[in-house]
Amino acid sequence: MPRIVTDWLADHVELPDDLTADRLAHDLVKVGLEEEEVHPAAVSGPLVVGRVLELTPEEQKNGKTINWCLVDVGPEHNATQIKGVDDADVPTGGARGIVCGAHNFGVGDLVAVSLPGTVLPGGFEIAARKTYGHVSDGMICSTAELGMGDDGGHGILVLTEAGFDAADLEPGQDAVELLGLGDEVLEINVTPDRGYAFSYRGVAREYSHSTGAVFTDRGLPESLPTPPPAATSDGFAVEVDDVSPLDDQVGCDRFVTRIVRGIDPSAPTPAWMKRRLEGSGMRSISLAVDVTNYVMLDLGQPLHAYDLDQVAAPIVVRRATAGERLTTLDDVDRALDTEDLLITDSPEGARGARVLGLAGVMGGESSEVSTVTTDVLVEAAHFDPVTVARTARRHRLPSEAAKRFERCVDPQLPAVAAQRAVDLLVELAGGTADAAVGDLDHTGAPPQMALDVTLPSRVAGVPYTRDQVVGILRTIGCTVTEGVAGYVNVTPPTWRPDLTEPVTFVEEILRVAGYDEIPSVLPAAPGGRGLDLSQRTRRSVARALAEAGLVEVLTYPFIGEADLDALGLPSADPRRRALRLANPLADDKPLLRTNLLVTLLEAARRNVSRGLSDVAVFEIGLVTRPASDAPPAPQLPVAVRPTPAELDRLAAAVPDQPRRVAGVLTGNALPAGWWGEGRPVDWADAVEAARLVAHIADVEVTVEADADHMPWHPGRCARITLTDGTLVGHAGELHPKVLESLGLPPRTCAFEVDLSVLLDAASGDPVVARPVSSFPVAKEDFAFVVDAATPAAEVRAAVVAGGGDLLEDVTLFDVFTGAQVGEGKKSLAYSLRLRAADHTLSADEVRAVRDAVVASAAERVGAELRG
Amino acid sequence: MSAPEQLPDPLDTVALDAAVSAALADIAAAGDIAALKAVRSQHVGDKSHLALANRAIATLPGPDKAAAGKNLGPRKGRVAQAVAARQVELEAERDEQVLRTEAVDVTLPTNRIPRGARHPIELRQERIADFFVGIGWEIADGPEVEAEWFNFDALNFGPDHPARQMQDTFYIADSDDGVKSNLVLRTHTSPVQARTLLDRGVPLYIACPGKVFRTDALDATHTPVFHQVEGLAVDKGLTMANLVGTLDAFARAMFGPEARTRLRPSFFPFTEPSAEMDLWFPQKKGGPGWIEWGGCGMVHPNVLRAAGIDPDVYSGFAFGMGIERTLMLRHSIADMHDIVEGDVRFSTQFGTEIY
Repeated sequence: MPRIVTDWLADHVELPDDLTADRLAHDLVKVGLEEEEVHPAAVSGPLVVGRVLELTPEEQKNGKTINWCLVDVGPEHNATQIKGVDDADVPTGGARGIVCGAHNFGVGDLVAVSLPGTVLPGGFEIAARKTYGHVSDGMICSTAELGMGDDGGHGILVLTEAGFDAADLEPGQDAVELLGLGDEVLEINVTPDRGYAFSYRGVAREYSHSTGAVFTDRGLPESLPTPPPAATSDGFAVEVDDVSPLDDQVGCDRFVTRIVRGIDPSAPTPAWMKRRLEGSGMRSISLAVDVTNYVMLDLGQPLHAYDLDQVAAPIVVRRATAGERLTTLDDVDRALDTEDLLITDSPEGARGARVLGLAGVMGGESSEVSTVTTDVLVEAAHFDPVTVARTARRHRLPSEAAKRFERCVDPQLPAVAAQRAVDLLVELAGGTADAAVGDLDHTGAPPQMALDVTLPSRVAGVPYTRDQVVGILRTIGCTVTEGVAGYVNVTPPTWRPDLTEPVTFVEEILRVAGYDEIPSVLPAAPGGRGLDLSQRTRRSVARALAEAGLVEVLTYPFIGEADLDALGLPSADPRRRALRLANPLADDKPLLRTNLLVTLLEAARRNVSRGLSDVAVFEIGLVTRPASDAPPAPQLPVAVRPTPAELDRLAAAVPDQPRRVAGVLTGNALPAGWWGEGRPVDWADAVEAARLVAHIADVEVTVEADADHMPWHPGRCARITLTDGTLVGHAGELHPKVLESLGLPPRTCAFEVDLSVLLDAASGDPVVARPVSSFPVAKEDFAFVVDAATPAAEVRAAVVAGGGDLLEDVTLFDVFTGAQVGEGKKSLAYSLRLRAADHTLSADEVRAVRDAVVASAAERVGAELRG
Repeated sequence: MSAPEQLPDPLDTVALDAAVSAALADIAAAGDIAALKAVRSQHVGDKSHLALANRAIATLPGPDKAAAGKNLGPRKGRVAQAVAARQVELEAERDEQVLRTEAVDVTLPTNRIPRGARHPIELRQERIADFFVGIGWEIADGPEVEAEWFNFDALNFGPDHPARQMQDTFYIADSDDGVKSNLVLRTHTSPVQARTLLDRGVPLYIACPGKVFRTDALDATHTPVFHQVEGLAVDKGLTMANLVGTLDAFARAMFGPEARTRLRPSFFPFTEPSAEMDLWFPQKKGGPGWIEWGGCGMVHPNVLRAAGIDPDVYSGFAFGMGIERTLMLRHSIADMHDIVEGDVRFSTQFGTEIY
């Protein structure tokens, strides 16, 4: 994102002298350019210009040669005595002794010296130190050490080679200021609708909107010293041949070419330009390239400089053909896609045969300006944002050019920007501008729109006057004329292709007038129905589980095959059919969970591993259960309501995502303490938790044994179903092998229940209350002996069936096995509470119920009444 | 029958008074209920002076009988009353003594039934829902694995929109035979807007709290799975002032009466005008100040069109903010790890209710 060098910004807009990065950030954020970061000053302390007076190479034992230098750092900093140097040998006027390992400089060179006390980028503090038998009293700096970019290992920054004129330099001069390393630099965040703000021109415009400072638009032809010449018939030939435009937008609608001949390829980039580029976060490369970058940062128009000798007319802008390749400037050989828009040329008359670059993204190596280039072809074009965005994305090349083109560049900039580049090349590299000018221009004027002048007021709830509305529209560059009653006709400026709808103009009015003008008025909603049954049930379930002693946690839904393996799921288990992420954060967790336990067990394990022994956790969340034959989701356009058929296709493609509730319990259910032993968690705690969930949802469920459902213990697993057999979930003790592989304590229990199934089954109908009988109760106890394998639930059902209408409550108060009841048998003891709604039960009635219960139990489960 | 001369003389008031005095003294001196029983037997029992004197009345000549009765009645009454009173006293003392011996150390720990807890993210979402229900809105939710159309296109992010690339989206892999899924993990709760507009139509006032996903690695302030609440109001005549009013009321409900909001121009594909929202946070570390809270704006006409709603008739506003951030601010949580790791010691601090 753009970094703002203040004095560069001042080329475009009046700035106060004492403008700080913080103040600038404050002014820009008001109009929507947010601060990304304030980069601190790169260097602080005594970084000064030095002149190398003496240089003695000294070979070291390790074979390395170091240079022992005496450097004049100005009268203020020079020492008259240098340790290890005879006073007589100290130069007149003094110097500092400095050891330097680099060799790209010599006596007389002007360099940047960081004296003790200087802090270099990265917090690197310079102090005098003993090294190679000398006291090195400072450091001669390289570009890299100054944070001015990696110059490819050239070593010491020799100031005259970096574009500074020796006449302007004097030993002792402050080099922090000179190199522009002492300023804080504001980096701003540009939202995708404001491509124009990816330039000093655009930022200055916004600064002016915020503060009212006087703005000069340097992107207009009239702002140039000499306006750009019109195209000539002998301009460099360019053809646009886009056979397959994307969304009917031809890939290139403007292509300006300019030629500058006879530049000095060795001309250095001037220091001021280097400083501005580097302050803006861009590396200096060569003068020709620096000029194109400079103009791009300044105005927002990406430019490309070709070595004219390496380009054969005509340039053809076309889509790639299958199989074409290009080695881009970053030295990567790329297979091109037929959607990629290319700049090609025509060597030996073969039209468009050679690929020069990816249009608006990155150039190729072959036509790059080089150290011998004297004739430069400047390209200033306008490319389709979608084409550039796709190519940049496809080749992972978010270049500075691509960042601008995909956010839209002012189509009227190319001629102005090319002229700027030509002027700079002529001025700085001694070239001559060619009279031949190419300008292929298929751009149209922005569409005029009618705007209801009351619309901004109606959107904002602020009464803007007509003059205010028109004034702001003109300030941002619109042309405004009188329209039909109550309307004005607005033509947006060419740099604002985002202004496409009345509301987009409204935003401009509101933000320039100031969002703080908008009052605070709470709207009166028509009144809602409160939480729905599902939302209320979710809350109640969570609260009930928490009040039953479980702690709610949230886990990530990302899992891997190994996690499903750990649960011991068979290969055909439907829980193994999981959605896969194309770009998972962790390669071993590419799947989305198909059940909650798989991630919740890990949370339980983490708690146990952190030394907690009694852990009961639960989670309520969605799981993803893709169908094996799910169709892909349809791709549908923006701004159009899908048809019912399309909505059905969307619904069919989105996988089922039931809401589940799961819990894991380990250690003691009731803690040990001064009162005695604790009670360990057992299967029944898990089943009760599952039953509690069903109870809260007010849904009747059936519990039966399930001997084959991993990860549960085959003998201690309950399957919970609706009365119609629909599966609700499972609960019980986990399989010992699973616990072992997960590292959880033995006898850990768990449940997982599908809340969505329960909610679908819940009627939500009001309970019909039975009257409470105040007639006396009759209590009857029974002990039935049944086969040990008979489920208690069946015995109970038999008792309930026999008890009939008079049965108010039944409690199983004892389960007993032993010699007294016989091998393979068990005794179940029930206590029944009998009561009639309208009279006191007679002894005969009670006896009749008792007989019916005994008969029912005998008939249904072969129960014998125990004597 | 014993000889009459063996009975005390009921007319001898001196002797009677002496007996009463002796009885009262003994009653007062009785230290427990057993002692009182003995004293009672001695002074009120058949062999007591007063009982014997009473018996002697029968032996007296007629005229003396009445006098003797008058002598004895009140004296017996005084003794009986004293016994009864002492009995009450002694019983109370005995009861007190029993309770004293039953005393326990009430400072012993009583946590015999473990207490559970809710996760504060869930509780915070409930409080947020409560606020919106309170101002007459409804709560909506939707799927987490979402069609790209709902997550992006319905919200005016076209396939090539730069903002679509800025969302750090988790994509669902293509099928084995290369068919694009066109599914994502929702990057915001905004697709619920689109779904609800399509399902329920207008006018609509909804808040959608829920889980969202971005490809950010977990660190102290980021998590790939986090929570947002989205608000959407679409009705005739809604203005940006209504947005500000709703945000201010929400801020006060979350952060107290001094809280308020401030808007800064920004950009979102699904709103126009768009704004970043700052919160005046009175409890900010190092003194009250503005902090970033979320994004908002007036619903973009294309979003309404995607739901078949005429933007010339209806207008609306929408906003969204991160719940983790709200929670971290509200409860001084310094590290995201605590929220996401599932350590019960984190949730337990919050109990089952959140303030």
